[in-house]
Amino acid sequence: MTQHTIACIDGSALSDTVADYAAWSAKRMNTPLVLLNVLDDARQADTSDFSGQIGMDERQRLLAEIIDLEERRAKLARQQGHMFLEAAQKHIANDFAEPLLRQRHGDLVDTLVELENETRLLVIGRQGKRGNGIGQHIGHQVERVIRALHRPTWVVTGEFREPQKIMIAYDHSATAKKAVDMVANSPLFRGIPVHVVMVAAETNDHQAQLDSAAAKLQENGFAVTTALLAGEVEDSLLTYAAEQQMDAMIMGAYGHSRIREFFVGSHTNKLLRSTKIPLLLLR
Amino acid sequence: MIGTWQKEWFGNIRGDILAGLVVALALIPEAIAFSIIAGVDPKVGLYASFCICVIMAFIGGRPGQISAATGAMALLMVTLVRDHGLEYLLVATILTGAIQLIFGLLKLGSLMRFVSRSVVTGFVNALAILIFMAQLPELTNVTWHVYALTAAGLGIIYGLPYLTKAVPSPLISIILITAVVLYLGIDVRTVGDMGELPDSLPVFLWPNVPLNVETLMIVLPYAFPLAIVGLLESMMTQTIVDDLTDTKSDRNKECRGQGIANIGAGFMGGMAGCAMIGQSVINVKSGGRGRLSMFVAGTALILMVVFLSDWVSKIPMAALVAVMIMVSIGTFSWQSIKDLKTHPMSTNIVMIATVVVVVWTHNLALGVFVGVLLAAIFFAAKVGNYMHISSTVEKDGQHRTYKVIGQVFFTSSEKFVESFDFKESLAKVTIDLDRAHFWDITSVAALDKVVLKFRREGAEVEVVGMNKATATVVDKFGVSDKPDAIDRLMGH
Repeated sequence: MTQHTIACIDGSALSDTVADYAAWSAKRMNTPLVLLNVLDDARQADTSDFSGQIGMDERQRLLAEIIDLEERRAKLARQQGHMFLEAAQKHIANDFAEPLLRQRHGDLVDTLVELENETRLLVIGRQGKRGNGIGQHIGHQVERVIRALHRPTWVVTGEFREPQKIMIAYDHSATAKKAVDMVANSPLFRGIPVHVVMVAAETNDHQAQLDSAAAKLQENGFAVTTALLAGEVEDSLLTYAAEQQMDAMIMGAYGHSRIREFFVGSHTNKLLRSTKIPLLLLR
Repeated sequence: MIGTWQKEWFGNIRGDILAGLVVALALIPEAIAFSIIAGVDPKVGLYASFCICVIMAFIGGRPGQISAATGAMALLMVTLVRDHGLEYLLVATILTGAIQLIFGLLKLGSLMRFVSRSVVTGFVNALAILIFMAQLPELTNVTWHVYALTAAGLGIIYGLPYLTKAVPSPLISIILITAVVLYLGIDVRTVGDMGELPDSLPVFLWPNVPLNVETLMIVLPYAFPLAIVGLLESMMTQTIVDDLTDTKSDRNKECRGQGIANIGAGFMGGMAGCAMIGQSVINVKSGGRGRLSMFVAGTALILMVVFLSDWVSKIPMAALVAVMIMVSIGTFSWQSIKDLKTHPMSTNIVMIATVVVVVWTHNLALGVFVGVLLAAIFFAAKVGNYMHISSTVEKDGQHRTYKVIGQVFFTSSEKFVESFDFKESLAKVTIDLDRAHFWDITSVAALDKVVLKFRREGAEVEVVGMNKATATVVDKFGVSDKPDAIDRLMGH
């Protein structure tokens, strides 16, 4: 099946950024680009009738009424969603010609799971349409999407900045090694200087692990810088990103069990909340 | 997993809580009325409604569907309660639940596809008629006050929604009628006269009966139809809620849920129940979509009854009768009467036969059985018509080829045999079965008979295409198994 770069467009403040990153990625990886709008809340027809009364042929009457309400609402939502897609298409018109516009009914996560087989890369905004404010919170669907999908996912925020310098958050876990492999072998970041950053005690072992990751990237022609940082994981990574003016961070996501995360909290969620640059998450 | 769970419980909090309250208020009079039909204290129906509603909230297969004590089930218990008493009803309820649980585990929920639309219509119409008839004892040999109160009650129920849809009109009707009766001191029968109301939350109790074969023999003839009717009404309601909300749900999970809910109800001193068409429609109409509305309905019901039992006992029966007449009118499919003119006769006969058998026997299971049987016979008769035999003869008049097209099975076998002319004197007969389907042993026997008859007339018989035509006889021939099977079946 053709592998697409899929951009989730919902008309929120981040939609333009999402489209920009998607267009940039699709062009570098030479995949078709899909601008996707998921209509997930058209099915909430509310008749606001608390009369508790059932008249003659109430079933048919109620069914007709609900269908009518939903039809009108769905039509509006469809038109509105299409406008969002057209706006995104227009926004990236100079960078990417002829993206595919698609609209699907249903729950966002379910829809993305259905499309997983034709997804090479997914791009979503950190906040959804209900979170347009400038808070730190992450969209209520973002975590569910990342957990459910096994495809690289850009979680973007802020304005689009063409990546000039990127970092990989490395901890020598299986996911981290895979992340390094992916970056090394994918055309997505080819030619962009990479920093491999590890937050751990300064031991020879750790340095060796870091060097092995760097070597893999160098083999594939990347200019690599390594850094071994001390301190608390999220803070160190975010501080490094800010100091070194990184344009994106690549990392494995949700590596630990849910039970551990419940007690200790998840690195991924903390980073998602505080990051100022886009994260490329790999599961 | 967790995402679905969260969505089903907390995806629609405001709508679910409001709808749950509306449903709880509508459930109270129904649970009392159905207890009275069954011949037990109102508290039995109220405990049942609480247990079933709350258990189904957690394990039911269809969020947004309301289950509680129902009329369909109550009607089946009347003689058991009359002859053996409440304790045996509780055992029957537990056994009903066990049977339903087994049905669910065996995944028999899919058997529902044999129940045709006209049988379903017959079922709801019969149910509506029975609920109405059950109100008649309250309306015979009574003073004119009762008629006046019932009429006033109905007037409020149907009239109030024109003024406001913010409050449940049946509730207002009950409150106003009760207030009038208390204020004027009219002497009419009240809910309190019908038996005990709950004064505490239900507790776990082992029914006080001897656990032996004799007990089993007493309750089994009741538990089995109860299990069937409960599942039937639940599956029908499920289809209705699926349609209303445009979502799919798990039938076998619903079967298992109904089973466990009834087992729970039996141990908590409640009678058997099932999903309720009318209440589920009210729930959806009031905005209920998730599991939370079922939970709220159950808990609100029991809390209101326990804390307001003094007031509930003062409700005149006339007010209750008015609500039940509304339920019966709302349950009946009035459209089906208009449809009689346009639907085919066989469909109408199935629907009416279902209604007649139920009203006559008071047993919805029997009615559905008769309806399904009739529908199957009509279908077999119709499909039997799709068989045609043509023939051509060679110029010398010695060799005739019969070409069989269509479905040959028990209803069409006789016609199949009769279509051959055995009197014609032939040297050779070819029977071309290339476009025929033989479905059963009867049809194969008929073919044998035809071949033998021709041979006895001295003709040489050749049968062409036999393998393909009889492929359908083999039960293992599953059309759905292989994607090309349907083409092979229809194409040759």
